[in-house]
Parts: sequence; structure tokens; C-alpha cells
Amino acid sequence: MKHLRSIPELGVDGIVRILGLATHMAEVNRRPVPKVPALNGRTVVSLFFEDSTRTRISFETAAKRLSADTMTFSVSTSSVNKGESLKDTIETVSAMGVTAFVVRHKTSGIPWQLSDWTDASIINAGDGWHQHPTQALLDSFTIMSTLERTPRVDCLSGLTIGIVGDIRHSRVARSDIQAFTALGAKVVLVAPRTLLPPAVEGWPVEVSSSLDDVISELDVLYMLRMQRERMNEALVPNLGEYSARYGLDDRRAKMLSHDALLMHPGPMNRGVEMLIDPASLPNNLIMQQVANGVSVRMAVLFDVLGGSETGAGVVS
Amino acid sequence: MTLSSGSHPDTSQTATSNLVQVLGLADVNRAITRIAHEIIERNRGLEGIIIVGLQRGGVWLAERLVATINQIEGETSRPIPLGRLDVSLFRDDINLRPVTPVAVTEIPTDLTGSKVVLVDDVLFTGRTVRAALDALNQYGRPSSVQLAVMIDRGHRELPIRPDYVGKNLPTGRDEDVQVQPDGVTLSKRANP
Repeated sequence: MKHLRSIPELGVDGIVRILGLATHMAEVNRRPVPKVPALNGRTVVSLFFEDSTRTRISFETAAKRLSADTMTFSVSTSSVNKGESLKDTIETVSAMGVTAFVVRHKTSGIPWQLSDWTDASIINAGDGWHQHPTQALLDSFTIMSTLERTPRVDCLSGLTIGIVGDIRHSRVARSDIQAFTALGAKVVLVAPRTLLPPAVEGWPVEVSSSLDDVISELDVLYMLRMQRERMNEALVPNLGEYSARYGLDDRRAKMLSHDALLMHPGPMNRGVEMLIDPASLPNNLIMQQVANGVSVRMAVLFDVLGGSETGAGVVS
Repeated sequence: MTLSSGSHPDTSQTATSNLVQVLGLADVNRAITRIAHEIIERNRGLEGIIIVGLQRGGVWLAERLVATINQIEGETSRPIPLGRLDVSLFRDDINLRPVTPVAVTEIPTDLTGSKVVLVDDVLFTGRTVRAALDALNQYGRPSSVQLAVMIDRGHRELPIRPDYVGKNLPTGRDEDVQVQPDGVTLSKRANP
């Protein structure tokens, strides 16, 4: 695989391949020296036009554990501030001999645009509201490995996964829905109508506007971050009402089935969608998601840079 | 989209012909028994020995060697530790070989001061063994590393030699060697 830009582009066979590789990488991460020389000599540049801590550090940890060299392109200190265009920036950095770009940008579709401008591989670390494929892969991997299932096309079958919150503005939700349903899970979206995308009727999901109605049926409760800036757009009357209807509080935590799994992509808004300490729930996988993120991103980097003849060692 | 990109010698398109049986079931058993005795003799006992099978072809052979050694030495001695080593992320030809998710590394002890016997089914270019030596380093500093293989087929590309050999088998580069518990076969690739 040359690029990882979206879950549909990866396809179900690709998802299963990455999940299998991630199983292997998780074992590498348990070794006394969790570092292998697999991507020695490759250079990975993080190009983050939006704030991010965990995704950027997770990718850099993954690249270093595979012995790739890493560089961080920090937009705030770059010539972007002098008016350099994105195309010029990419071409300039590519000319230094870069094997892959890990890109986050507020505009949907940027990863496809970039791959026209460079021979290096593009890994999408979030583009607008569109896609965040490595998050969907690490979420799938976390559910699969917690339930001790093996990487197969039906490894999430029989599960009902509830995704709660601002679906409309969430690239995590879009990517997760595609990955979870591709692997056989049933997905229920729980959100007020104003936070659902207009096209939701065409998606392979069920929709509910009441968390209380569905919470007891869920095998996985996936809480999204409620972004405070949405208040300005008047999509939700106020945060208090949102919390009362869609937040996870003690009462709702008791309605969960005893083996239901709790997930959140982070960063969490305590007091908004999360009204309890998630650590109080035994099946809270939030830290596991972060840990698995490194293994899954190692798998993605290895698949893009180490696995194929076209990807390996290509220097522009 | 595949990891192997068709350049791995074991791709399914390469039809095989002229299947030749090189060793039978009894021959394989005799070779394992002989190598087990040689390991005990060369090391004057089993002090500090750990047997490490290379994923995936060397693992069953390592298991058989441990079982045979335990049988020879009897109940009196301590059981031999058995390890499994996956070297796929240490290879220098990493873009040519697929990684097998289920092939994991398990080294039960710190290797510092131990005598490691690496076990593989076929010794060919020596590149797998080179990668294995790098991988072993991450588990400590063994006092020595020895190499046991069922088949040495020649064509070495690195200065590596085996300490224990089931059978030396002269081969062409266009031939494949298959080692199974019930025998060893040699076949010619139709489309090399």
C-alpha cells in the first residue's frame, strides 16, 4: 500500500491486514527492547496544520520504534507564516528526501491533493470532518484484542457499538462507522438531530436521539468529544442540557451491561460528555486505546514503507 | 496491496515439478536424535543451554530437539528452556518478505551468560541467521551462540556456518527445499 488516506480506500482486506500486523507490533512493544530496525533509513515527517498532541506523539513513537528518522514540521514556526503555499512547502520538504508525510489539516481532502505534489507516501492523521483512519484502526484493534478475537473480516460481528455525540463534525465517527461496519458490527448513532450529518439516511447505521433508550443494549459505548465551539453555532441549546441528555453519568453507567466496553478518542471533556471518572468503570479502554495507537501506527508505517516494493525506499 | 509483491520465492504462481524425496520420516528422526547427542557432547552437558527456534520453520524442530534432549538426559537434569524468535523486522531484505502476524518472539529468560542454540529448518544465504543474531542481542549477551539446521543447502552470502547439520544437500538456486516432520523434499521451480 502506497498511502493511507481513508478507510474506504484501504478496504476491508487492508483493514484486516493492518490488524494482523498490529498484533505483531504489539508483541514487539512488549519486548524488553521495544525497537526493531525494520524502517532504518526511512524518513517520516509530521506535518500538523492543526493542534494535536497524542496523535503526533503516537506516530513519532511508532516511527522511532521501527528505527525510522522523524522530523516535525511545526506550522507556527515555518515559512507558512511568510505566505509560502502548501504546494511549495510540500515540494521543498520532499526535496530533502522524505519517505512519508503524516498529515493533519483542517480541510477535507488535503491528503489526496498532497499525493499529487510528492512521490512520498501520505498518511492521513485527520482531514477536516472527513477521515481519521488510524483512529478507526486502533479502535477496531482495541475492541478485537480486548475480546480476544483474531484479525478477520468478521472480527466485530455480533457487537452493537453506540457512538454518542457530535457525529456531524467528527472525522473519528465517520472513519469508525466505516471500519466497524466493514468488520461486521452493528452501529447505533446517538445524537441530537442538529449534530447528525444531513446524509445520515444513506449510512449503514441506526440512529437514536435518546441515549437512555439504547444504552442497555450496547456492547461498546463510544463517547465522542463535545467541542465547546459548537455552542457558538447554536446547534445545542447549552452544554448543561447536552450533558443531561447525552453525558455519561452514574445513573447511565449503571444502565450499561456489566461487560460493556467504554471508549473515547480523547481528549476528554470532563463535566460535559464524561460526568464520571471513567477509571471507575472496570471495562474502560481509554488508556488501552492510547497504548494500542502506537502498535497500530507501527503497522501502518510498516505497511506503507516496508511492505511493498513501490513503498520501500522511495526517495523523491 | 500485498506485502510480498510477487518477488518472494514461495509465491503460489510458481508451479513445482520433479518432487524428490531427500529424507524420510526415519531419517529426520535419526538426524534429530544425532543432533541432540551432539549438542550435549559439544557443551559437556546442558549447563546454561537454551534452544531457540526461528519462526516459523525452526520452531517445531526446536521443540523436537528439546523433547529428545530431555529424554536422553532423563528426569535428573533441569528441563531445557525453549524460545521462539521472529526475525522478520530485523531482515535486510524486508521489502521482499511478508510478516506473519502469528509468528511471535518468546524468550523465557535473560540470555546474558547463556549458551544459545539457534534452530532453523534450512540454512541458505545466511541472512535469516544474521537477522537472528541482531534480534537475540535485545535479550541479553549470550556467552555463545550455536546454530543447528536440518538442511544446509549452500549458496551462503554471509560468513555464517552451522555447528549441527542434519544433512548437507547441494542444491541449485532454482530449487526449493521443504522440511516437514515426516520428511524432506527437493523440487525444481518451473518458472524461476
